[in-house]
Amino acid sequence: MTKLLDVKNLSVSFGGLKAVNQFEIQIGSQELVGLIGPNGAGKTTVFNLLTGVYTPTEGSILLDGNSLIGKGSNKIVNMGVARTFQNIRLFKNLSVIDNVKIAFQSQMKYSALAAVLRLPSYWKEEKLFEEKALDLLKIFKLENFAYQKACNLPYGEQRKLEIARALATEPKLLLLDEPAAGMNPSETNELMETIRLVKEKFEIAILLIEHDMSLVMGICEKVAVLEYGSIIASGSPEQIQNDPRVIASYLGESD
Amino acid sequence: MNVLKKKIPSYIVNAISVIAIYLIISQLVWIGVINNYYLGIIIVIGINIILSTSLNLTTGFLGQLTLGHAGFMSIGAYASALFSINANLPESIEFYFALLVGGICAAIVGILVGIPALRLRGDYLAIITLGFGEIIRVIILNLDFTGGAKGLFGIPYATNFTNVFFIMLLTIYIIWTVIDSRHGRAIKSIREDEIAAEAAGVPTTYYKLFAFTLGSFFAGIAGGLYSHYILIIDAAKFDFNRSIEILVIVVLGGMGSLTGAILAAVTLTILPEYLREFSEYRMLIYAVILIFAMIFRPKGLLGTSEFSLLKVFQFIKRKVIG
Ligand SMILES: Nc1ncnc2c1ncn2[C@@H]1O[C@H](COP(=O)(O)OP(=O)(O)OP(=O)(O)O)[C@@H](O)[C@H]1O
Ligand SMILES: [Mg+2]
Repeated sequence: MTKLLDVKNLSVSFGGLKAVNQFEIQIGSQELVGLIGPNGAGKTTVFNLLTGVYTPTEGSILLDGNSLIGKGSNKIVNMGVARTFQNIRLFKNLSVIDNVKIAFQSQMKYSALAAVLRLPSYWKEEKLFEEKALDLLKIFKLENFAYQKACNLPYGEQRKLEIARALATEPKLLLLDEPAAGMNPSETNELMETIRLVKEKFEIAILLIEHDMSLVMGICEKVAVLEYGSIIASGSPEQIQNDPRVIASYLGESD
Repeated sequence: MNVLKKKIPSYIVNAISVIAIYLIISQLVWIGVINNYYLGIIIVIGINIILSTSLNLTTGFLGQLTLGHAGFMSIGAYASALFSINANLPESIEFYFALLVGGICAAIVGILVGIPALRLRGDYLAIITLGFGEIIRVIILNLDFTGGAKGLFGIPYATNFTNVFFIMLLTIYIIWTVIDSRHGRAIKSIREDEIAAEAAGVPTTYYKLFAFTLGSFFAGIAGGLYSHYILIIDAAKFDFNRSIEILVIVVLGGMGSLTGAILAAVTLTILPEYLREFSEYRMLIYAVILIFAMIFRPKGLLGTSEFSLLKVFQFIKRKVIG
């Protein structure tokens, strides 16, 4: 079976620091994979490499057999990799629904001239994608906030809106960078349930960065552990929990 | 809610108000309440509205600081003036072709300036447009066919209240319909967060260039209207101070608010005329008013909000009917 995402030997350095070193991961379609590791291990940097924010110094990234290396961020989105950010990056002064509609960019087709002349294509697409955006917001129970500014949302809701926006790009692979950061335990549980639901409903693969190990173990089918930029273990949650290296360097920590 | 149904009432209210404003002003001109001096101010207001709404596209909606808007205006002014002087088209259409030539020339230069500046993240556009504004001024000063330091003479008189008014309307209409579309949302997303915009699939370089070029085009149109009104143009009329004047209108009116820029263009064109009586202190008073405005309304008169006549009417209706 060919993998959806196949990453080999991925490395990048900042000055003298090898932030990511010989990183490897394989993700099958509709797989939910957790990426864990201590602070500064290089998890976010991996996301930045996968989405074209940084260019790797070596290594290969294949999505469905196509290389993502050297492609611009927006190209990579159109090829099917969407992401959220560890420090929420919403379009703060725009409405919640516009945040989602912006991500429909590549699916909307009407020209600037059609917008100026208010041709039927403008009205048709605006109506269609307004409804699509509302459907997405409903999944995250955000529909009542649709016409408010995104910056007025409570913190947890902002994180959900970022996921909704990422889903609007119709990804095959969704990268979530600590989606539950700053949430209380019950909010976190609800979010994880939603993430599982989203995976089933949209039939996508998810790579999830999480600090809290127990949380990842709960929902992920596969877990990879990153330390000093390299994968030190990967496998099923049970395998990871019993891996001596992981226990020594990570589980042992009183983080 | 149906998108169409939601927008139609405000379209109607705006169309009726605009026609009413036009009819009232032309009626006042007809009966002589508005003399030539005031009419001149009104024409300059119209030109300033085109300049500030077009600059607002780049600086307010796209979020890229531009310091050379007068440079693009000068390209439009000279290109259209030279076209009018040299072409022999029927009088009724020549002016409009001239404006179009001015706009297109400014847009082409906009693309050439924008490509190197906008591929990079950060405020390179401010620096490059600042340099561009000065370079174009020096070039105009040293060329023969622009009249050099003496200025360009013999431009036919063609700009009047009616054509300024309708070209201004067309400009506002086009910029507003673009902003209120998927293209405008993409432009605004870049202002909000360029990295997030990329992550949402927005081709940011394309939209930066698109907004900047469209803004330059309308600056060129404004330049054409200006040269066919003032009739003698020289490079000093399009210097750095002129660019800053336009920028101040946008900043004061609200970056990212079309109606804010329009209100500020009206206010900041009329204000210096009134302060003319204190001409020694004119620029000083002007500066003080600006400082106070920046202290008390740092995001501009309207921030990113839009003034809506429909909402005003609905508000009055609620108050009156209860
Ligand atoms: N743009 C950059 N320039 C220089 N150093 C960087 C840059 N981005 C990341 N780093 C460094 O690379 C290392 C890995 O950072 P990264 O943000 O990927 O860690 P992380 O695993 O996501 O940590 P956390 O759990 O705190 O989010 C850190 O030492 C960080 O300081
Ligand atoms: Mg991180």
